[in-house]
Amino acid sequence: MAGHPLLRMLDRGALIFLAVLGVIAVLVPFLNLAFPPSSALHVPTYLVALFGKYLCYALLALSIDLIWGYCGILSLGHGAFFALGGYAMGMYLMRQIGTRGVYAHPELPDFMVFLNWPELPVFWYGFQHFPYALLMIVLVPGALAFVFGWFAFRSRVTGVYLSIITQAMTYALLLAFFRNDFGFGGNNGLTDFKDILGFNVQAQGTRAALFFVSCVALALGFLVCRALVTSKFGKVLVAVRDAEPRTRFLGYRAESYKLFVFTLSACMAGVAGALYVPQVGIINPSEFSPANSIEAVIWVAVGGRGTLIGPVIGALLVNYGKTTFTSGALAPYWLFVLGSLFILVTLLLPRGIVGTWRHWRAQRSAQASADRAATAAAEPAPRPAE
Amino acid sequence: MRFVKDRLGAFLLALMLVLAGSAAHAAGLDEALEHFLIDDFGEVETGIGKVAASGDSRAAMVLEALKEDRLHYSPEKKSVYIKDKAGKLFSAATGQAAEGDTPADLAAVDTNNRLRGVIDAAIGGLSLLAPSPARRYESAQAVFKSRDEGVLPALDAALAKETDTRIKRAMNEARAAVILYSEGASEAERIDAVAAIRVRGDQEAVNALAGLPADTPPAIKNAARDAIAGIHSQLAVWTAAQNAWYGISLGSVLLLAAIGLAITFGVMGVINMAHGEMVMLGAYVTYIVQDLIRQHNPALFDYSLLMAVPLAFLVAGAIGILIEQGIIRFLYGRPLETLLATWGLSLVLQQAVRTAFGPTNKEVGNPSWMSGAFEVGHLTITYNRLWIVVFTLVVFVALLGLLRFTRLGLEMRAVTQNRSMAASMGIRTARVDALTFGLGSGIAGIAGVALSQIDNVSPNLGQSYIIDSFMVVVFGGVGNLWGTLVGAFTLGIANKFLEPYAGAVLAKIAILVIIILFIQKRPRGLFALKGRAVEA
Repeated sequence: MAGHPLLRMLDRGALIFLAVLGVIAVLVPFLNLAFPPSSALHVPTYLVALFGKYLCYALLALSIDLIWGYCGILSLGHGAFFALGGYAMGMYLMRQIGTRGVYAHPELPDFMVFLNWPELPVFWYGFQHFPYALLMIVLVPGALAFVFGWFAFRSRVTGVYLSIITQAMTYALLLAFFRNDFGFGGNNGLTDFKDILGFNVQAQGTRAALFFVSCVALALGFLVCRALVTSKFGKVLVAVRDAEPRTRFLGYRAESYKLFVFTLSACMAGVAGALYVPQVGIINPSEFSPANSIEAVIWVAVGGRGTLIGPVIGALLVNYGKTTFTSGALAPYWLFVLGSLFILVTLLLPRGIVGTWRHWRAQRSAQASADRAATAAAEPAPRPAE
Repeated sequence: MRFVKDRLGAFLLALMLVLAGSAAHAAGLDEALEHFLIDDFGEVETGIGKVAASGDSRAAMVLEALKEDRLHYSPEKKSVYIKDKAGKLFSAATGQAAEGDTPADLAAVDTNNRLRGVIDAAIGGLSLLAPSPARRYESAQAVFKSRDEGVLPALDAALAKETDTRIKRAMNEARAAVILYSEGASEAERIDAVAAIRVRGDQEAVNALAGLPADTPPAIKNAARDAIAGIHSQLAVWTAAQNAWYGISLGSVLLLAAIGLAITFGVMGVINMAHGEMVMLGAYVTYIVQDLIRQHNPALFDYSLLMAVPLAFLVAGAIGILIEQGIIRFLYGRPLETLLATWGLSLVLQQAVRTAFGPTNKEVGNPSWMSGAFEVGHLTITYNRLWIVVFTLVVFVALLGLLRFTRLGLEMRAVTQNRSMAASMGIRTARVDALTFGLGSGIAGIAGVALSQIDNVSPNLGQSYIIDSFMVVVFGGVGNLWGTLVGAFTLGIANKFLEPYAGAVLAKIAILVIIILFIQKRPRGLFALKGRAVEA
């Protein structure tokens, strides 16, 4: 594992992962756009959007793995950062509708006209500009995480207490966003999007492009996380995870490390949410529900926490399972499956899929080297020179 | 002989009076009806007053018809008709079906908004003498609001006959309201009326006092203003009392939901996200018990909750022990994994109940001793809320006693304080863990019985309590039942006092934010355990 930082960062697993992601990023949009629907090689547009959605979930799972797997912070409110990023994107998309809304108001989104709002609220200013929206997508979740983390980590709220107050945070946001007078469309949220950067959100090409961008975002997120955890900084994070008081006594400011990684993770979740919204075409307060956040945690647990690749696989697998289950006759049983997944993974597969695989490989190679050592010991060893 | 003659004379006189009286009555209605023959609002109003004053038994019917635009008149035949709902015509004067063809010039008696008010007042005056007490009370209240001077004679007559004190009080208040607005009454009378209305002391009284016309003599206006100020300060006290009661009621619900969690989370350090589902199971046990009673022996319905309480405790407790044995004991020392596994369990339990009983709300009835309400001053207290407060306190005291005075309680406290030391003293900690978890779950089941009385019994019942319950336990301080008690009531009362200013949702958000900030300040809650257990 030693050597140049870049080599350490891009080990074999990481390279394979990035290569697969790269192939998918190019191949899926290509197969979707280049072949007519009648062709056997054609990937239907709905599948592109669906898998684009999964990729956003994967990025969310990655952000949770960064704090849970490497720093021991179990956030049950990461859905809140995801949703905030989504709302920021949704606000940009709402402003792009312009006069094509039902009420054809040039400035106000439909729901504000409907609620008799005289003018655009201040916090909606600037969202018609894409760069500003982009900034907010990262800044709003980041700022919330910073403030929240600053309070929580400084007063050493850890473990389950932290989990419970993160859950309370997303619950409070859920209640707030349900209110009409909060200015984000209340119960219905933001929807009926038309354009993104001048392209029709519904169009096949836009969907393929969004898919590609999601892949790139996931790859970038992965690289950032990978760079972080393979650096010296990452070593301290793991130390905080495993023995926070000891790390503190060694002179590291554990709370600063946690705050940084928590904020970074929230920004990543915000980006995931922002990519999610144009692909599903709606953002509403239910994204804040505590159940969503916990579900995201189980993706990480299934894939294997502290592996970075695991959460991505976990998110894809669980969500693919969810889609196939809930779209068929088995729909009522999905919660049984999901619930059992929570129980079985924590009881029987605490390392997750990737973690177990790596553990097994490590054991096997350890076994092999032990065997080699044993056979070497069995042979009459050459007497060392005296 | 003279005696007989006198008696006979008196009898004849009486007979004549009666005859004259009934003739006068009939004449009264007839004469009154004549006013409806002229298409003029003023005439109609006079007519309404005269119909009401006629005292005729058909007066109410005529007024009802007028109110519903079913009173018709024919100028040619000089008669007034009531059309019934089927469209059939009856003579208003006699009540007989109208003879012959429908008159060609038949027209409805027109009314306007103002007249409708007059009609309502007149009907209100008539129903002051209605046989049903509820009706009489209602009409006295209607008079209080309408303050129609024309009702005064009827009101006085009704007052003289009334025996029910509550209705009599309402009528007196109504009379005071009428007099307060009467131009004819003397200033002293009207100031007395102000005092009478002040005693009533509610928002209606304020409205009556505040609505005085501008040309009212200043003495009366001043008296009214003082009275309003008095009522307002009195009302503020009552509102505070009402909020406090709602807060105590909410606090007891929170306490009930959280108290089992205080055992499992507080004492054992186990995060049981399926706690809410134990509450839900308790509510479904209540439903099943009531269902069986309805089918087999409806007479026992009033005892259904008494039967459901031990059953719910046993069912939820047994499931709790199963969960502990099957899942949680493998995860001790890994609280985050426990959290995830029990969350999964909660999903499974919810779906199991949904599959078994359907996703819709189940009907759980209130026994007779839990329905209804009583009033203390301006405070309305419903029996079901009152019983839940009482029940919560009983459960709390029982649990305290169990922890304090029984062997299991002693062992539980020992294991909480120092697990390895307790084990080396010969306490079977694994068994204590299982029983503790069973106890916490069983109490959640009992909570479900109580909550089935005020909440919808659906598979999602538990979900709505889980976050609140955790907040209560964390706020109150882990491992301390008194902390849970104080935490629950503080949060409940704070919530209800914030609600009038911020609305229900904002109040809840505010409470959540306050708790999040509070935990920063005191990470171990209001009443933190001291010593080694803290860092465990």
